[in-house]
Amino acid sequence: MAVSTDLNATGVTEAGRWGEEVRSDLHVALEPHAAGGIEIELESRVAPYYGKAIRAQVRDALESLDVRHARLCIHDAGALPFVIAARVEAAARRAALGEGRRALPESVALPSSSPRDRLRRSRLYLPGSEPKYFINAGLHAPDAIILDLEDSVHAAEKDAARILARNALRAVDFGAAERMVRINPFPLGLADLEEVVPEAPDVILIPKVEHREQVIEVERRANEIRARHGIDRNLWLMPILESALGIENAFAIATASTQVVALTIGLEDYTADLGVVKTAEGQESLYARMRLVNAAHAASVQAIDSVYGDVADMEGLRRWGQASRALGFEGMGCIHPLQIAVIHEAFAPAPAEIEKALKIVTAYEEAQQQGLSVVSLGSKMIDPPVMQRALRLVGQARAMGLIRGDTGIRGSKPA
Amino acid sequence: MSEVELVRNAGGRLVPAKVNGRVQVPYQGTAGCRPEGRKQAPPIRSCADYAANGDKRVPDLETALKKCGLRDGMVISTHHHLRDGDRVAVLALEAAARLGARDLTWLPSASFPTQASVIDLMQSGVVHHIEGSMNGPLGDYCTQGKMRGMGVLRSHGGRWQAIQDGEVHIDIAVIAAPTADPFGNADGSHGKSACGSLGFALADSIYADRVIVVSDNLVPFPCIPSQIQGNNVDYVVEVDSIGDPAKIVSGTTEITRSPDRLRVAQMVAQFLRDAGIMRDGFSFQAGAGGIALAFVSFLKEMMKEAGVKARFVRGGSTKYLVELLQQGLTDYILDGQTFDLGAVRSIATDPRHIATSPFTSYNFHGKGNFATLVDAVVLGATEVDTEFNGNVVTHSDGRLLHGIGGWQNCLFAGCTILALPSFRDRIPVIVDRVTTLTGPGELIDVVVTERGIAINPRRQDLIEATRTSSLPFRRIEEIQQEVERICGGKPEKPRFGQRPVAVVKWVDGTLLDTVWQVV
Repeated sequence: MAVSTDLNATGVTEAGRWGEEVRSDLHVALEPHAAGGIEIELESRVAPYYGKAIRAQVRDALESLDVRHARLCIHDAGALPFVIAARVEAAARRAALGEGRRALPESVALPSSSPRDRLRRSRLYLPGSEPKYFINAGLHAPDAIILDLEDSVHAAEKDAARILARNALRAVDFGAAERMVRINPFPLGLADLEEVVPEAPDVILIPKVEHREQVIEVERRANEIRARHGIDRNLWLMPILESALGIENAFAIATASTQVVALTIGLEDYTADLGVVKTAEGQESLYARMRLVNAAHAASVQAIDSVYGDVADMEGLRRWGQASRALGFEGMGCIHPLQIAVIHEAFAPAPAEIEKALKIVTAYEEAQQQGLSVVSLGSKMIDPPVMQRALRLVGQARAMGLIRGDTGIRGSKPA
Repeated sequence: MSEVELVRNAGGRLVPAKVNGRVQVPYQGTAGCRPEGRKQAPPIRSCADYAANGDKRVPDLETALKKCGLRDGMVISTHHHLRDGDRVAVLALEAAARLGARDLTWLPSASFPTQASVIDLMQSGVVHHIEGSMNGPLGDYCTQGKMRGMGVLRSHGGRWQAIQDGEVHIDIAVIAAPTADPFGNADGSHGKSACGSLGFALADSIYADRVIVVSDNLVPFPCIPSQIQGNNVDYVVEVDSIGDPAKIVSGTTEITRSPDRLRVAQMVAQFLRDAGIMRDGFSFQAGAGGIALAFVSFLKEMMKEAGVKARFVRGGSTKYLVELLQQGLTDYILDGQTFDLGAVRSIATDPRHIATSPFTSYNFHGKGNFATLVDAVVLGATEVDTEFNGNVVTHSDGRLLHGIGGWQNCLFAGCTILALPSFRDRIPVIVDRVTTLTGPGELIDVVVTERGIAINPRRQDLIEATRTSSLPFRRIEEIQQEVERICGGKPEKPRFGQRPVAVVKWVDGTLLDTVWQVV
């Protein structure tokens, strides 16, 4: 990270990054003045194409923030407009300017509101300070993206990251992916909610949950903000259990709010809490994961697994995902887009499973039409739980695009 | 250069009527210009003038150049098979400087950053101008208008065509050779500076008035195998080192981990499969860029799955192409240049891995060439416009970026695919009109970006063939509009100067476009 030296005088605030290795970001150094209007010094590799646009956007942003007099020194590495606005705003706020105001970028159309029980096989973590990862995240078709304000963001960057995440929710097209934000634990998390909830994320991930009261507090605060901003889209909650105590209270946490749609587990913190080594096989967390699955199902919410940390080991990821599905999880986190397809395959039912389930469903439908109360397949009678599981599996397979039309199985590889 | 007379060519571009004092033919369409006359030929020589024992060695380059009759204003050529590791081009030009030569034209098959010191030779008057690819510091020197003559950018095939047709006459060819014998037979596949093929130097060896071979691995006659025939060579110079092996070939080429690039690569492979191009006996060419390498590995899996084998693949070769050969997924590699150690080993040892030349591969003024026989080629570009015209030579701000390489020649493949990110650093890649026309849109069939695939409407057959494909097909304008929305509107048009500093030749020697001085 390169920092300009000539502006390191008192009163100069900075935001964003710039340097050889930085892409799609910019560094703003802002010096508030008492008079003299706005002065912008700009260095950018895209200056021949967007120099005027950048200057105009910076002026607009400052006007929205009611900053009238300042000198700005900007080093740009090809930042997109939503990033430029976020960095200017962060620099201004750090100078205690623009209180209660926002410099919002142009918004894209919101995708339709997220249903409670939608597919959540893969959720792609996007570090909240790295805008270059936001832009094409949706193209890789994860079931969800997570703008992370917690562990991947340095303590000194929390304020800037929440502004950037807010602008991303507003201006970045994440395609069909559900839009999630992982906030920080309260009280920091409250400021996160104030910033992001008005931009209508679909899910808030609440980290380090140990007591149901934490969920209730987030629910209350988030709904307050939604009411204030007139947001009536669904806002779901996903508590992350990251300690032995959290696991013990899993059911109480899952039932703390009707807005909870899933429980998930953070294995790094959990194994640290236990003081055990986190292994690739995961035997040390088997109990916790099974306990979570059971609590989630008891509460009728989804059980979602942790992430698989070795991005180079696709086979390990596949095995983990398959084992995870076998335990009753419905998805897991990803830390690299290349993990998405592997996870979707791992969480897909096998063609033989789908075929069997389809036969059962067909038999059920025929029985319904004939007004029969007992469903049978060949010489076997189908018990109601088997029936329920088959219906659920067919529904999932259809949502995953594994069944074409009414029958016809497409194989286990999603396109 | 004072006022330059400009004419508008069939591509709608303004090009100079004369370049470096020579009258030019403006571009007349992809195959609109028919050549006349006979090929050039070097002077007739006699065995009586060469040592009967076949020993053509002289002590150093200066002696060799002097014996070749070095004079002011001559054209000196070199090849670029040693890439950024080459020492010979600079050694030769510096030797010429010590002999007091001035106003030379340097005709490399491509230039590299390691040759940036040629700027000093241009400033001191030894070198007048460069005809060959220029980038980095040399490119900036040219586009800033500091070079005395006009740069001439040619494709690999176009360079052969220009030499063969006499558009450029090589006085002295200096050929760096990883292995050679005292008679001048030379080859690139062995030696401490092994680089694989020496194909780019073949035309120079055949058509130059005088030919000097420079090697750091002299073996007793005969040098076997040998791609350069000693019968065309005047003098042989032994030096300690012709180049830096670490920069001649990469130890290993690695596939990109960038998910966006991998996505593009996978889409390209799937396109070939879904369009029915990937079938038994087919052929393809892909370069050594990140997307191209990844494309090969995706295609390999699809070929295995479908039980399909290629008849031949064309390099630039890497270990990934070699894997296809070794796993029986292609009968042959027809190779133009050799990029990594795996490929250099393969071309030295596997008879199914064949070195080709720009004559067999690319020359447009021949009785056909291999590039037109290839079913599909995957290329990059800096810009493509909504008419599917492509630019590879300049940045969008007009600065020289790349040589043309084999890019233009490859456009004649059965299906030409440009595989590109839709924007780089906020700069949209799909534009209204390319900055420098390098490839006419009627030869570019498919543009693959991470945001979708656009098929040239001229190729209804490809549109028809992929009707049931699950790939995200879109109109090129649609992708352009989406990217402009993301980037915050259309980019401003950079301003260019009025003065031509270089020209881009089409494969037939006509003038396709002009590179203007950057202001």
